[in-house]
This record gives sequence, C-alpha cells and structure tokens, in this order.
Amino acid sequence: MNILVLSGSNAGSKTRIATTLLKEKLQRQYSGENIDYINLQDVSLPFSDGRNYMDYGGDATEVLTKIMEADVLFIGSPIFQASMPAPLKNVFDLLPQNALEDKTVSMLITAGSDKHFLIPEYNYKPVLSYLKANIVPRYVFILDTNFQDGQLLGDDVDMRLDRLIDDTMVLSRTYQDIRAEKDAQFGF
Amino acid sequence: MENENPHVMPKIDRSKGMEIGLYSLGEHMPDPHTGELIPASRRLKEIVEAAKMAEDAGLDLFQVGESHQEHFVSQAHLVLLSAIAQATNKIKIASGSTIISTSDPVRVFEDAATIDLLSDGRMEVVAGRASRVGLYELLGYSLNDYEALFEEKFELLLQINENETVDWQGKFRAPLNNAQVIPRPENEAAGLPIWRAVGGSLASAQKAGRLGVPMYQAHLGGPAEAFKSRIDLYRQTAFENGFNPDDLPVATAGFLYVRENMMDAYREYYPHLNEGMKLSNGQGFPKEAFAQGQDVKSVLNVGSPEHIVEKILYQHEMFNHDRYIGQIDFGGVSLDNIKRTIDILGEKVVPEVKKHTKRTKGE
Repeated sequence: MNILVLSGSNAGSKTRIATTLLKEKLQRQYSGENIDYINLQDVSLPFSDGRNYMDYGGDATEVLTKIMEADVLFIGSPIFQASMPAPLKNVFDLLPQNALEDKTVSMLITAGSDKHFLIPEYNYKPVLSYLKANIVPRYVFILDTNFQDGQLLGDDVDMRLDRLIDDTMVLSRTYQDIRAEKDAQFGF
Repeated sequence: MENENPHVMPKIDRSKGMEIGLYSLGEHMPDPHTGELIPASRRLKEIVEAAKMAEDAGLDLFQVGESHQEHFVSQAHLVLLSAIAQATNKIKIASGSTIISTSDPVRVFEDAATIDLLSDGRMEVVAGRASRVGLYELLGYSLNDYEALFEEKFELLLQINENETVDWQGKFRAPLNNAQVIPRPENEAAGLPIWRAVGGSLASAQKAGRLGVPMYQAHLGGPAEAFKSRIDLYRQTAFENGFNPDDLPVATAGFLYVRENMMDAYREYYPHLNEGMKLSNGQGFPKEAFAQGQDVKSVLNVGSPEHIVEKILYQHEMFNHDRYIGQIDFGGVSLDNIKRTIDILGEKVVPEVKKHTKRTKGE
C-alpha cells in the first residue's frame, strides 16, 4: 500500500512539524507499507494550465505521479484567509479529473484561530469530493498554541493524531476489501 | 433563409445505411496479456494490415490519428495513411484527428490532397486540437494559444480547401497572397471533406454548427445520452445559422471490442483499456464504468455481436448519425485479435446495422 503525507503549505513551519510527526507515527505503526512524504516547500510547481499531469515534467510530474499512485493520502494544511492556501489548491488544479478516485484522504489542519475550525468542512471537502476522494469524516485541527520551540506538544493532539491514523487506515482497508469483493463479481 | 453550405461534404449514401469504420491512434504499447511490445516497424505495418482486413470485411472507412506522446507511433499519420491508400482499393480513408493547431494548413492540404489523388478520391480529413498537449512545446507553439490556434488554422484549412487561390492573413502563420495551393482533388468541389473533431466541449460542438461543417464526436464512456446534447446543440446551432442540419453529417467514434461471448469481450479487453489508459493518460479506466458497457445505454461498445448491434442501433436512434468509427486496437491488442474483431464485425455487426439504418429520401 502506498501512503503519502503531503504538507500543503509553502510558508511557515507548523504544518511541516505536524505532518513530520504524523509521518514518523505512520513509519512506526505501518513499517511494512510504502510511506512517502512531500513538503510543498521543497518543490517548485508551476501553476496549472490544464495540461495532463504527465506533460509538465520536473517536480510537478514527480509530485503529481506520487499522488496518483497513493492509496492513502494525508493532507496537512494551514488555513489562509479562511480557505486553503493557494499552493495546495494549485496541486488540486494540476491533477486530472477524478484524480482521487479509490483513494482514502484525510486532513490535518493547523490554524491561528479556532474560528477556522469548519473551513475544512466547507472549503476542502467539496474539492476532495469533486476529485472523488474517499474522505475520512473526522480531521485533526491544531491551534498554534500547541506548538512550542519547533515541537508539537500536548497529549490531546498526540492522541487525536493516532486516532486520525486509525480512522484513515481502517476506512482505507475496509474500502479496499469491499472494492476487491466487488471487482471479483464483475467477472473480468 | 437557408445558406448555401460552402463546405465540402463527405459522400455518404444514406440509402445503404450507416457507415461503419475503424480508427487507430497508433498506440505502441505492450500487449498486457503477454507483456510483449512489438517493434515500431511491425506496429506500423500491422496498422496497414488492419486497414486491408477492414476493406476485405466490407467496412466503409479506416482512419488514423496523430499523437506525439510517448507510447505512440502515429506522429507522421499522413505518411502512414499514404501507405494505407496504396495497400487498399476501395475503403475510404481519413485522418482523425489531424492536429491542425500545430500544423501548417497548407502542408496538411497538400499531403491530404496527394493521398486523395493516389487513392482515387477516398481521402477525408478530421481536424482536431489534441487532448494531450506535449506536441505544442515539441512543435514550437504555446499552450496559451490552444483555442486561437485551432480556430485560425481550421478556418484557413477550410479556406484553402474551398478556393483555388487564397488571400489570407492571420496571427500564427505568414500571410498568403493569391496563393495557389495544389494539387487539387479531382472531384466537383476540387476539395476534401473536412470534419471538425469534438471532444468534451459543448462550445466546440456549437462552433461546428456555426461554421456548418461536419461534426466528428469522440466518446470514451458514459451514457450515450450525454453525447446527444452535444449533437443536438450542433444541429440546432447549424439551423440557427441558416444551414440545413439534415445535410450535415455526424460521425461518432469510440472504443469497440466484440467477441461471440459477451464476457469474453470484457475479460479480454479490460486489461488493454485499463493499462493503455494508464500509459496514455496516467489514469486507468474504472472497472465500474467498464462494466456499465453491458448496459445498452452506455456508449462503450464492448460485448457480443448482438449486443453491439443493439447498442449501435440505440445510439443511432439517439444521435441519428451517419457514421460510427470504432477503435479496436487500443492498448496493445494483437493483430490476431484485431483480425478476429474485424471478422465478427464484417459477418455479424455491419450487415445488421446497415439493414436497420437505411434511409430513403424524405425519411
């Protein structure tokens, strides 16, 4: 199984810290799986111009291919101006239609204000739905007060991250099992 | 008030029923059942071979499109069509699609007209703008001009086709001053039938209607009904622009695979489609969507001969189209399997479809 953690911000450190911690947890719990990590701060992506993702070349095709090959996708993101940051939206724009079909996708959100708690519900989920993702209903929302000296602190957040991993992997495996059962019925 | 349609129309005899043809986009992919990738030379010759088989089986048309991306050998599709012209005697041949956006319409006309002369008037052109766009960079064009390039060059191609001499000025090519573009096809119009290829864009179907040119509608999957709205819009727009929609032919094109037993067709073809789509578009073909081909309402023409006949007739009832063109070789189908499909089409599908789609004048 291909598991991809995508840190969807090109600014700051909180999303990177949170997604790195999540990746380390995954590596401990799912060492047999193929776990990949992409931080948008480390790659250079052009704006989408509508071409097929294989036609961009460079970082874009590499990043987009990893997303297309993932079975499970954890998206980390800050909230900017009460919505997803432009670099993350650009990743979605760069992908083809139905790009997330048969993939289980969950979210890990960092924010400076708890007024933004519902932003993933009405700004992120519709985009993921349009891309046909199998969305994990619960997400983890982390406030900036949880960060101290470059570390994510607090038992509450720690346990919620564990729970996010469980929820995501259970949903993914359930979906894949039922998918395999259904595929077998097609007879081809 | 009806306009005199200035465009050259394909000669389709509706009293004989719908035309049925085949097309290849010239993929060069491993056969997913064996993993074998044949050399490019053999793949090219097998496309010519398939055209001969199609002619022998009584099919109406064989068409080849160009693609410049990895896993294809059809870059010089007009050269390939020229070989097909030489190898066949009576089957119509067409380029589909010729990516006119990144070509010089003068050269396209010269090449296509030459093929027409070599083939005794069997050549047609289907002009499109490509779904995969690597060729824009390869050939020195900007993707930002995607629509403008197509519209300008398509209209120039029409102008060359319909006039012995051309005065023209545009943005993407040097001007033509009293230019004589030769050789000319030896028919009454001294031109070639030129179709506008339409994919998923309603606006493009509308534009075809506004220009009053024949429309070629490609379809991958989904319900046939979804394509009806585009064809209806095309005819409606043509009517509003003073053209008689009944004089405007419509062709549809999509995946076709037929075997005596329905499930054999699904089992054999699915890996070709799924693996082929992964190589060509980076995304496989979902099994559910493929399984829906078993429903007569789906436009995916895969199944037994009886099922395919029923589907094409259902589509004809909905589209009232003049020509259906099937893609039977997608994703590394072996020549033996191409032959098997063509044999079944010639024996069991084409005669039945034609029998039920004959039109007498006034109908």
